[in-house]
Amino acid sequence: MDAQTIIAKRIAQELRDGMLVNLGIGIPTLVSKFVPQGMHVYFQSENGLLGTGAPADGMHHPLLTDAGGKPVSALPGACTFDSATSFGLIRGGHLDMTVLGALQVDATGLLANWMIPGKMVPGMGGAMDLVSGAKRVIVAMQHTAKGQPKIVKRCSLPLTSVRPVDLLVTELAVIGFPGGRATLLETAPGVTVGQVREATEAELAVSERVCTMALQRIAA
Amino acid sequence: MKTILLKDVAALIPDGASVMIGGFMGVGTPERLIDELVRQGKKNLTVIANDNALPGIGIGKLISAGAVKKTIASHIGLNPETQKKMLAGELEVDLVPQGTLIERIRAGGFGLGGVLTPTGVGTVVETGKQRIEVGGKPYLLETALRADFALVDAFLADYIGNLYYALTARNFNPVIAMAADTVIVEAENIVPVGVISPDNVMTPAPVVDYIISHA
Repeated sequence: MDAQTIIAKRIAQELRDGMLVNLGIGIPTLVSKFVPQGMHVYFQSENGLLGTGAPADGMHHPLLTDAGGKPVSALPGACTFDSATSFGLIRGGHLDMTVLGALQVDATGLLANWMIPGKMVPGMGGAMDLVSGAKRVIVAMQHTAKGQPKIVKRCSLPLTSVRPVDLLVTELAVIGFPGGRATLLETAPGVTVGQVREATEAELAVSERVCTMALQRIAA
Repeated sequence: MKTILLKDVAALIPDGASVMIGGFMGVGTPERLIDELVRQGKKNLTVIANDNALPGIGIGKLISAGAVKKTIASHIGLNPETQKKMLAGELEVDLVPQGTLIERIRAGGFGLGGVLTPTGVGTVVETGKQRIEVGGKPYLLETALRADFALVDAFLADYIGNLYYALTARNFNPVIAMAADTVIVEAENIVPVGVISPDNVMTPAPVVDYIISHA
């Protein structure tokens, strides 16, 4: 199983029936492929769609896209709206969960995911609103970038929000932040606590109940 | 409301004007109007929009043509030309969180001085802004935004200017239609009054100034 699939499958276990969920671009988008059978989840595209699904072949419509401009479908029960309503859903406490990518997450769960000063300045898009407003914020990212830790003592990049994330899932580990402290909750199959610590710059507490990710529960 | 030829409506927009443009990654952007602005060689525009699309699409064409002095947007990551011009100091870019940007525009169109939002508190977005506590929670005061022109893309416009938008092409369009001194509409379909039923009108006719003629 590749890194992205491990991350997406594990995050899919956090979905619950009837949730309204916003997925960021990149690895987070893959989560929608692993919704447990029989569960109905509303996925929001912040460009103005609730009930996003995959389009059937040949059924693409140029005026029906996701936030990355890619063609999507609208599932039964879907609705469309303007950007003010879209961000009303996000900021107004109506969004149960958001899954976002990250450049860095720090020891207390603070997230940086929108710019590298002087190098890459894509803009924050909806990320700051999503982290401020969603009931639950989950980060989906590879544990390291080019061998460098992304889970750091303190973010060197500009923060997305001062609200800490709730859960961080990588191909090596599931990390929570109880009491504002990075805590290892689960390791990926075949990965040791020592290996996770080695790939992590931030100090990492280990939960008394640390266990192995149960990826087989999800049929893909 | 008047119907107007494409070349005549573009001529109404002077160099240096501020323009709000509908669309999200080019979806819901008035492409014919953008093409005409490029053809007429507009300069020094301030473009307020969600994003800068891609080179060759929507607002990306204005960026490539050097028509834009400043852009206020939430995301420019998919337009490398915007990034290049920004880093070279040729284009001023003001990045605003998407939910804040649309609320600032909404405030501008709804007669409000601004809005209080929790988004951006404690980040670089707070720089130079007033923090206001309400009920013990911190918010940023984000001021209203208006523009000289709104360039709106609609799926249906009726003969008097009522508008209807389709699917995800709605995005910023109905909000900017309230927030500019002059509102110009490019409609995919122009239909008789009554085709859009009252409950389905998303932008009421009295706010629309011009509809680009299909002639």
